[in-house]
Amino acid sequence: MAYSDKVLDHYNNPRNVGSLDKSSASVGTGMVGAPECGDVMKLQIRVNDENGIIEDAKFKTFGCGSAIASSSLATEWLKGKTVDEALQIKNTDIVNELALPPVKIHCSVLAEDAIKAAISDYRNKQASKVAAPAAQPEAVKEQTVA
Amino acid sequence: MKTPIYLDNHATTRMDPRVLDAMLPYFTDLYGNAASRNHEFGWVAEQAVDKARKQIADLIGASAREIIFTSGATESNNLAIKGVAEMYAEKGNHIITAATEHKAVLDTCKKLEKNGCRVTYLPLKGDGLIDLDMLKEAFTDKTILVSIMYANNEIGVIQPIAEIGKMCRERGVLFHTDGVQAIGKVPVNVNTDNIDIMSITGHKLYGPKGVGALYVRRKAPRVQITAQMDGGGHERGMRSGTLNVPGIVGLGEACAIAHRDMPVEMARLRAMRDRLKSRLEAGLDEVFINGSMEHRLPHNLNMSFLYVEGESLLMGINDVAVSSGSACTSATLEPSYVLKALGLGDDLAHSSIRFGIGRFNTDEEIDYVADKLIEVVSKLRELSPLYEMVKEGIDLSTVQWAAH
Repeated sequence: MAYSDKVLDHYNNPRNVGSLDKSSASVGTGMVGAPECGDVMKLQIRVNDENGIIEDAKFKTFGCGSAIASSSLATEWLKGKTVDEALQIKNTDIVNELALPPVKIHCSVLAEDAIKAAISDYRNKQASKVAAPAAQPEAVKEQTVA
Repeated sequence: MKTPIYLDNHATTRMDPRVLDAMLPYFTDLYGNAASRNHEFGWVAEQAVDKARKQIADLIGASAREIIFTSGATESNNLAIKGVAEMYAEKGNHIITAATEHKAVLDTCKKLEKNGCRVTYLPLKGDGLIDLDMLKEAFTDKTILVSIMYANNEIGVIQPIAEIGKMCRERGVLFHTDGVQAIGKVPVNVNTDNIDIMSITGHKLYGPKGVGALYVRRKAPRVQITAQMDGGGHERGMRSGTLNVPGIVGLGEACAIAHRDMPVEMARLRAMRDRLKSRLEAGLDEVFINGSMEHRLPHNLNMSFLYVEGESLLMGINDVAVSSGSACTSATLEPSYVLKALGLGDDLAHSSIRFGIGRFNTDEEIDYVADKLIEVVSKLRELSPLYEMVKEGIDLSTVQWAAH
């Protein structure tokens, strides 16, 4: 199968590989897919609680080159966006940007799902923080894989 | 060393230059029709075909008259199974085969099921071998044919062919085997292996594509097969059509070379396979061999690289030609049915690579492939959320995945 140059670029030089501290209240984690389907994406965002801007995004993906590229691209796009803006990212944007063939559209769907799951996790954490104001937010720890 | 490196010799093999040399005259000066009985051109072609018949028969311990030429193993498998089902329809309508057979066998059986045959698809043991007790249980008084491949094209596992053949013989049931992966690679003998019908192809043993053969036993038992194409009644009436003389000469020469060189070649390929295996096992953790190592073709390795998806792995080793059991590489979106039949989870099947080492590979190539794989697998594991979870001590089987 021929891959587009952009897919190859993300595969060869994946952006923002790594993990953020999933216990931090500022971090939202989305894990979608299943090993038996051949792809699992973990996408994490760290949000500035003051202004709602996504300051950092990291991913790890088990999957084909198009799945890796879709999640790598998603992290690039997330950084600097507000959470509300991030929710506007559609799988079709990823398909167009990476020139994914029809058999790989599910990779872009998975990336969109991962973004939504990460944001939903972040919002749930924020909501429970409001519900239980006594809880101290943990220091943001970052583990990055070189 | 030149790239890309070809390690996909179960798919097809490079033609041996000696085979090409043998074939060439039959494309040009020696163009006669082997069925032309009344002139020199025909006689020369017929002699060449007879020589090839003998070369093929010698490789498998048969007699020359038991070789029927076809266009390849797909045709041979169709002819064998449909031909027996039709010829012995009065005796019975039950066929036994295995879940890991080639599609040319499985889909032929499915077609026959639509036409009133009953087919038993035997499951396999975890090591890829047939369970002989289950085979024994599967026979009925309507069983006319057992079709079990000699060696598997994905995992290279060699079945207990002689035992299967013996069980068939004792019950008066015919035994067909798809021999394409084994013939010319390991000793195959239709007499000691109790084989009645066997499919052969040229391009898996350094011969040309588009030519194959079917071994059909003539004595004890005398096997009869109903032709599946109507025409001039060539090949003892079993397969009409003007013989592909250059192809047949090539198949014969390929068999002669394989016969002569087999002991040396087996040892050489086995050493390269073992070198690849031990290098990969030394360089990577969490690798898993699919199928029995003991009952296996010497030139096959099928390995799962856990927590790495097969297609992304192939993408990283794009100057190495291998194939993956992962769904993404094929149009079907289903991972390898052979690996699933061994009871492998889809996750392991998605992570598998098949290596088929061949006559023209070198140690240098093996080392290059091993180093490259270790590098790419390590890189992809850094990207793999599964590998990260396992390293954190999470048992992946306890995770609730959002399957899609």
